[in-house]
Amino acid sequence: MTDTGIGASVRRKEDYRFLTGNGRYLDDMNRAGQAHAYFIRSPHAHATFSIDTAAAAKMPGVVAVYTGADIAESGMGGLICGWTITGKNGEPHKAPAHPLLALDTVRHVGDTVGVVIADTYHQAKNAAEQIAVTYKELPAVTSVVEAVEENAPQVHGDAPGNICYDWEIGDKAATDAAFEGAHHVTKVDLVNNRVVPSAMEPRAALGEYDMGSDEITLYTTSQNPHVARLVISAFIQLAPEHKLRVVAPDIGGGFGSKIFIYLEECVTAWAARKLNRPVKWTAERSESFMTDCHGRDHVSHVELAMDKDGKFLGLRVSTLANMGAYLSTFATCVPTYLYATLLQGQYTTGAIYCEVKAVFTHSTPVDAVRGAGRPEATYVVERVVEEAAREMSIDPVQLRQRNFIAAADFPYQTQVALLYDSGNYAASMEQALDVADHQGFAKRREASAAAGKLRGIGFSSYIEACGIAPSAVVGSLGAGVGLYESAQVRFNPTGNVVVYTGSHAQGQGHETTFAQLVSDRLGVAIENVDVVHGDTAKIPFAMGTYGSRSLSVGGSAISKAMDKIIAKGKKSSTMETSPSRAPTSKWILPPWPSRLMCRTIIRVRSWSPASTRALFMIRQTSHSRSEPMCARWK
Amino acid sequence: MSVNVSMTLNGDAVSAEVEDRTLLVSLLRDQLRLTGTHVGCDTSQCGACLVHVNGRAVKSCTMLAVQADGAEVKTIEGVASNGELHPMQAAFKEHHGLQCGFCTPGMIMSALDLVSINPDPSEGEVRGWLEGNLCRCTGYQNIVKSIQAGARAMREGGK
Repeated sequence: MTDTGIGASVRRKEDYRFLTGNGRYLDDMNRAGQAHAYFIRSPHAHATFSIDTAAAAKMPGVVAVYTGADIAESGMGGLICGWTITGKNGEPHKAPAHPLLALDTVRHVGDTVGVVIADTYHQAKNAAEQIAVTYKELPAVTSVVEAVEENAPQVHGDAPGNICYDWEIGDKAATDAAFEGAHHVTKVDLVNNRVVPSAMEPRAALGEYDMGSDEITLYTTSQNPHVARLVISAFIQLAPEHKLRVVAPDIGGGFGSKIFIYLEECVTAWAARKLNRPVKWTAERSESFMTDCHGRDHVSHVELAMDKDGKFLGLRVSTLANMGAYLSTFATCVPTYLYATLLQGQYTTGAIYCEVKAVFTHSTPVDAVRGAGRPEATYVVERVVEEAAREMSIDPVQLRQRNFIAAADFPYQTQVALLYDSGNYAASMEQALDVADHQGFAKRREASAAAGKLRGIGFSSYIEACGIAPSAVVGSLGAGVGLYESAQVRFNPTGNVVVYTGSHAQGQGHETTFAQLVSDRLGVAIENVDVVHGDTAKIPFAMGTYGSRSLSVGGSAISKAMDKIIAKGKKSSTMETSPSRAPTSKWILPPWPSRLMCRTIIRVRSWSPASTRALFMIRQTSHSRSEPMCARWK
Repeated sequence: MSVNVSMTLNGDAVSAEVEDRTLLVSLLRDQLRLTGTHVGCDTSQCGACLVHVNGRAVKSCTMLAVQADGAEVKTIEGVASNGELHPMQAAFKEHHGLQCGFCTPGMIMSALDLVSINPDPSEGEVRGWLEGNLCRCTGYQNIVKSIQAGARAMREGGK
């Protein structure tokens, strides 16, 4: 370990700019001559509409007004969902059209019917008030339970019964058999309510077009700019990938909501080219609530079968998952592979069966937010276990310990696809009890009661599959893209290092953490390592940040890049130490990777053999010249 | 209607022509290009836009620019001196009081206002004071720790 390597307690490299007001978030950016976009949102959950833009188009400062008809005429495609779920019936999920701007029907409050582009934001907003949208309200349904009832209002004509898919995992027959032999069955009905992600920085986009090169640059609040470029090129068909650059600058929090491809960034970039003028849009907070993808929104019925000692025999789960009005970019995988594959929890439950109906409703689309599927699974498992402890009159700690997978039983094949590689859940529980002074709880509760207060205690065991990889596995489960990560690690001739990574930070501190990886491995102080991310023109094709994958997948890519550098360095080192090349130098004798000077010589040599020899001579002959250079390299 | 607004901004005299409905935050960000002050909610909930007007914390998304005419205004850009972090900024760095950084300028300006009237705030007082500043990353724990450490450093340093 170096002073700034893995495990070192360093202070974050990115903090200075954020603490002094020098962060560069999207709304901080402006372009000469830029126009401003204001989107017109539906106040109704379900309605047909007609739109008259004539008056708005004549308002001061208005550059253009576009509606769904203009988008349709442009030939651009709609938004897509990139993960195919195959249902019980063997068919892929229903994927109704999601046009960038609604054509004649709105399906949730905030659904978008048009955009005004004007010289200033206020002009665009004023003009939007002059657009006459005539809505004819239709019956709407926002609850998943009501949406699957007979005669419920239908969200899409091509998704009968509002069903997106009806999917299952686990062994149904074995689970039913486990319930038949059970001593006791605990049943709970659970609502995991919808959450709004609410990053502090509202979403924003700035499109710019260079007529000379026919290139569009889209600055956008994205956790994964290459995924945005891929979708906007391949499916929206705004521009071919080599003519579209996507840049995500500093991001003020994402929590999943900035993974997805949204209509506003597509329309903004399209308008910039159509008008040959930069176009900028920044969401107001009320727009964020209506149009950033939401999370959770599950309703589940859960049953746990036990023997007389509380041993878990079977778990049966039936979940309704709200997709909202349209499928967001990865919506389908959240209540399936990110959810039901975690229902084993930390327990030896002998048989598990789960069925999930994904349901369309007249509400904002739902996708991955903060944990995505995994917290929903833990909530299901731990709530039913806690309830079972009460019904069976078994101490909740005891019940869990009785059912934990034993440390000796790893690797452990779960009933729901995943293979757990390692764990020691009993030891974790013991430590938690110790840290929480569980033994002293009864006394604390008495003291609280004496003071007229209530005191409680609860337990939850949590296990989560992070990283969302590797590509072969997720591909076999329906992912439309590989979920690998890319990295380049480059030495500059003078010895400092630049890391180009596909992982993009929204507050995670990558600029520090990834520099620590380099510091640890290559012995370069973190202040001499820069991390570049968030720009498709600078970094290799990459998959971005979500599912706690930055260090595990993105960091692994950086590590593999460093493997190559070290291999190359060893090769150079061997060449240098061959007797015919440099028989006497103390600087090139230490084995790779050793001291900074040795590495620096090899690095410079890789750029220019002549300069290496010159440098080598300087080092040999002139301390007065070489010392300041060494100081800089350090 | 266009109105002239003059103020002392981070120690310098500035003046600008603004539309009468222009908010102080728009003047600072869009016309004077001080983008360290952020807009997170445009409804006075989040505190990312917090600046000092005549020494007190004000949410600049809720104040008209013309109301700041003749005032002394300080933004996050005026807190560090000669590139050196103010003790409150340094405390945020030391105690990991920030992640994405979007709420951070407002947190710092709010903390400085608190310390100006209460140089030694308790944890409870800091938490109560921060009711007008939202953070979605940190869970506040380290923000509270940072502000108490910053206040301590300011007391010890006589700032």
